[in-house]
Amino acid sequence: MYIKLPNGIIDSLRRRLPIFNIATLIAFILGLYYAILNSPPDYLQGDSMRIMYVHVPAAWLALSSYSFLALSCIAWFIFRNPIFNLFAKSIAPIGALFTLIALVTGSIWGKPTWGTWWAWDARLTSMLILFFLYVAYIMTWQTIANKDLAAKISAALGIIGFINIPIIKFSVDWWNTLHQPATISKLSAPSIHISMLTPLMLMTFAYILFLVTVFLMRYKIETLDQKILRVSK
Amino acid sequence: MSNKVKKRLIIILLSALVLIIATLLITMNLRDNIIYFYSPTELQLTNIDKKNIIRVGGLVKEDSYKYDDKTKIYSFIITDRSNEVDVSFVGIMPNLFAENKGVVVEGLAIDKASITAIKVLAKHDENYMPPEVIEALKKEGQWQEE
Repeated sequence: MYIKLPNGIIDSLRRRLPIFNIATLIAFILGLYYAILNSPPDYLQGDSMRIMYVHVPAAWLALSSYSFLALSCIAWFIFRNPIFNLFAKSIAPIGALFTLIALVTGSIWGKPTWGTWWAWDARLTSMLILFFLYVAYIMTWQTIANKDLAAKISAALGIIGFINIPIIKFSVDWWNTLHQPATISKLSAPSIHISMLTPLMLMTFAYILFLVTVFLMRYKIETLDQKILRVSK
Repeated sequence: MSNKVKKRLIIILLSALVLIIATLLITMNLRDNIIYFYSPTELQLTNIDKKNIIRVGGLVKEDSYKYDDKTKIYSFIITDRSNEVDVSFVGIMPNLFAENKGVVVEGLAIDKASITAIKVLAKHDENYMPPEVIEALKKEGQWQEE
């Protein structure tokens, strides 16, 4: 089966990388201004709820990044086109970073709110597993010298780990957890005031821009790496 | 679609099915280990071991929160609207602890309706509101405590 590769799109986006850099910076300045200075505190939590503006977009994108990684692995398994491995390899460290941000900020928020840094509840534990999955995926490529073998093992790992994504998402609904259920879901009106929704959306937008920018940079590095490998063979 | 691609597609779909069934079996059987706390009703249905630390969670019942100055014991009732658990606790209460709000306590069960807590955790809900909005909602009688 012939699949049209998005190389053209990626190349044209990469030529506009300076624009993405500046847009990311502006989006973060705007988002943080609303998040820290121009939004009300929560009636119960006070100012510590502002951590949410950093925590929630990081967690959302950590899950989205893994879904992209797993779908790339599935696509590689079916079509055996190396470009899908480059996609997965490019997104993995970004997703790992987002997961780490979500874990650390959640912990900092948990201490004043719950009264503990960490709890072994289903949401927190499955999120920690997500971090290990990202690390395992990256390590597979790093440690296995035979790249054909590394491609197979990492793809299997990426695909098996996909099962963790619905577990993270629905853990708060399926089991009793210390973590609260989702504030924003598609089915109902958000349980958050519009004055707090605005900074959250701005911060999410900034995170997405950051993800795209770093992804384009990482994709370039991965393509060059592959070229070097091909030449040195 | 070439035969090879078709074959791999079938492999992926079958493995996905097996993976989902396996995960469902594991999570359903480990439910007691996965849940972070029991509700008072679930506690009634569970065989409790008095030597093991367990967690119970629910809402803090209205007007049940008391502090004894002499013994330094905090006491309150956790409810899930159908069953209740009495809690006694010595230590530091979390800032967000309040009546009608969520709470999770960790400790040793005395029986199925009372527990000596070692740790009290405030459980936050998913609502985020500025203080002025809460005031306005309360004035109009629109705000419902849980």
